[in-house]
Amino acid sequence: MRVTSFLSAALLLSSTALVSAETLKWARAGDALTLDPHSQNEGPSHTIRHQMYEPLIIRDTTGAFEPALATEWAPKADDPNVWVFKLREGVTFHDGAAFTAEDVVFSFTRAQSTNSDMKELIGSITEVRAVDDYTIEMVTDGPNPILPSNLTNLFIMDKDWTEANNTVNVQDFEGGEITYATTNANGTGPYILQSREPDVKTVMTRNDNYWGIDQFPMEVTEIVYTPIQNAATRVAAMLSGEINFLQDMPVQDLERVNAADGLVVKQAPQNRVIFFGMNQGADDIEADNVDGANPLADVRVRKAMSMAMNRDAIRQVVMRGQSQPAGMIAPPFVNGWTEAMDGESSTDIDGAKALLAEAGYDSGFSIRLDCPNDRYINDEAICQAAVGMLGQIGITVNLDAKPKAQHFPLITDGQTDFYMLGWGVPTYDSEYIFNFLVHGRESDIGTWNGTGFDNDDLDAKIKSLASNTDLEARNADIAAIWRVVQDEQLYIPLHHQVLNWGMGEGVGIEVDPEDQPKVKYITMN
Amino acid sequence: MISFVLQRVAQSALVLLVVGLVAFSMFRFVGDPIDNMLGQERTIEDVERLRAQLGLDQPFAVQYYRFLEEAVQGNFGVSYRQGRPVSDILLERAPATLELAAVSGFLAIALGIGLGVFTAIRRNGLWANVIMSASLIGVSLPTFLIGILLIYLFSVELGWLPSFGRGETVRIGNWTTGFLTESGLKALILPAITLGLYQMTLIMRLVRSEMLEVLRQDYIRFARARGLKERAINFRHALKNTLVPVITVTGLQLGSIIAFAIITETVFQWPGVGLLFINAIQFVDIPVMAAYLMLISVMFVGINLIVDLLYFAIDPRLRVDRAGGH
Repeated sequence: MRVTSFLSAALLLSSTALVSAETLKWARAGDALTLDPHSQNEGPSHTIRHQMYEPLIIRDTTGAFEPALATEWAPKADDPNVWVFKLREGVTFHDGAAFTAEDVVFSFTRAQSTNSDMKELIGSITEVRAVDDYTIEMVTDGPNPILPSNLTNLFIMDKDWTEANNTVNVQDFEGGEITYATTNANGTGPYILQSREPDVKTVMTRNDNYWGIDQFPMEVTEIVYTPIQNAATRVAAMLSGEINFLQDMPVQDLERVNAADGLVVKQAPQNRVIFFGMNQGADDIEADNVDGANPLADVRVRKAMSMAMNRDAIRQVVMRGQSQPAGMIAPPFVNGWTEAMDGESSTDIDGAKALLAEAGYDSGFSIRLDCPNDRYINDEAICQAAVGMLGQIGITVNLDAKPKAQHFPLITDGQTDFYMLGWGVPTYDSEYIFNFLVHGRESDIGTWNGTGFDNDDLDAKIKSLASNTDLEARNADIAAIWRVVQDEQLYIPLHHQVLNWGMGEGVGIEVDPEDQPKVKYITMN
Repeated sequence: MISFVLQRVAQSALVLLVVGLVAFSMFRFVGDPIDNMLGQERTIEDVERLRAQLGLDQPFAVQYYRFLEEAVQGNFGVSYRQGRPVSDILLERAPATLELAAVSGFLAIALGIGLGVFTAIRRNGLWANVIMSASLIGVSLPTFLIGILLIYLFSVELGWLPSFGRGETVRIGNWTTGFLTESGLKALILPAITLGLYQMTLIMRLVRSEMLEVLRQDYIRFARARGLKERAINFRHALKNTLVPVITVTGLQLGSIIAFAIITETVFQWPGVGLLFINAIQFVDIPVMAAYLMLISVMFVGINLIVDLLYFAIDPRLRVDRAGGH
């Protein structure tokens, strides 16, 4: 009896929660660039799409896979080159059309077309075929053990809808093409697009026919998304109650928001690690005062520079506690990350000085540090702190801080010898880091490796990761590659960024390390 | 007369061309748009393909020539950031900026002249002195600080007015207006004050000093001697004569209200062309930057051209000089 009354009370509560209109007034710094699911592989764009469209698999707030449009997936028993996906049955798009295997085949073909921005992520797929209405097989050009990791932002569209609205092709973004899919959306997702003015306002309402309406809280009935660029205005809007969910919270205002009535700030480590890169490959570098030699080519110098960094001081003073000191350049959720390696950095000024002297630089040297000033949290201030810390061991650093649009080309064009970079790992696997940051620089691999490091054996090992289906052996290789990266002090890891989301009264959600809130998880009370 | 006009028009065109040239020579220093356009997974081939496709591998003079070629046909290219034609985006954003500029311009003129006259007439009164001292704030505080202070006071502390955005807007043809809804009008108040405050204090101080000058003139004294009412003297005789320089300055200031709405729009997330320009700079959206700069310079050059021509019409000495030269 008591149980039933409790149950009915609970049911009553939940039904009233469903009936009352709960609006999520959501702001962050930027807006989605386009709604076309396969154009622009970029964070804020994906975030908006995630509310309306769904991929086969999504990640939950811990980074683990969660079934979305696929319910099961596994490599085919007798063929390692094929992945089999079982699709969810009884799902409909917003316009009422049924979701079937045909839509998946179509969406993958679309995502692999010329104008698509997602094609690199699924470049290994040679064929996607429908076995029956709810089974898909994906054929890759070799065994690909981590294929599912690349599918979590690959959204599924309705084939008939794109045909009816003339958006079978991905918009030609650079050519200025606007298609129906740029400003309209028809997905299977939990929220339906109501109106959209780019850079101004996007409104979505709850999809009451969503397949997971009983599985997820889905307590938000309406989403009003407004980008607010100015950080102070963003915080003011939160304090005045005009918005009740805030991303891109400035760290200096955390206390203020937390202290305000009814507002909370939740935090979690972000999928982004901040570090310095050093050009060890050149015989002589331009940004220093040493003639005819490259001090950074000596691993002892690189170790000394890492030992000069007081990561705790940066955390406390520059980041106001909002960072987690790092010892390796992999975020903690990534396959290959170990606590032991992430703890390998320590501060030791005397040891650093001794190492420098051993390398023949007991009187130090001077070098230019290139740093962005509008990309990472407090990026320029971190660099200023590093200048002082390196000064303690006799290295005079000239800081050159620039906007990101000027900073990043320096790295990709090889025009900097000492630079700051941050890295996020969308696939949650170390291979992604190695491909871009450790492999020697070639036209399509190692593109962000500005260190000049090029080790053929290691490169071969990195390349073999892509098709190694023996996960244990693969993980052993990953660990071995990391060992080299650590011993070589290829980079100077600084910290993992911490994400902060501001929430108004009643809004509840766990912070997602990819900075991709999925509104269906939000509770309102 | 015709040769004077032609000369002025030719000079204006030349100024525009030089502005464009300077702008294009500067764009390379803003950064590399390719980096923002392609994600971190792009290959070097992708970068080169896109660079060639956008013509960014060409020298800036060639890029500028291409821009001009297209611009004279009314085509300003495609925004790198939004992937839409720049002219569409500018047209979409213009109403927000023009409405904001109109309201703050109106506030600046109405309050500026009103308070200017008041402080001139009651030059030793308590209120006049309070207003004069307060006006120093308007002249000396930077716009973004005024904006943030207003937000803090009226949105965060008092909760009366919204801190950002334009509120609900109503679409009439191609024009979106915030004048017809309550939230739209409320949203206008703080940005309009922020944007208009400097111009208001400027006009007020100008009116006051002109007025004090005029009130010392003989004809005012004679008017008093004739026993005219104070109100008639102040408004009919004195104010009229102070307005000539005020109108000149106001005309030029209206241009700068539109041009310098950038900061106000950023602080209040006002969806106008100024905010668009700030976004464009951060993203190195060259087509948007180029179109905006050209538009603003056309506006300024246009205003100056009209002023020049008006002087010519008003001031006979200019005509005599020209005639004497031949």
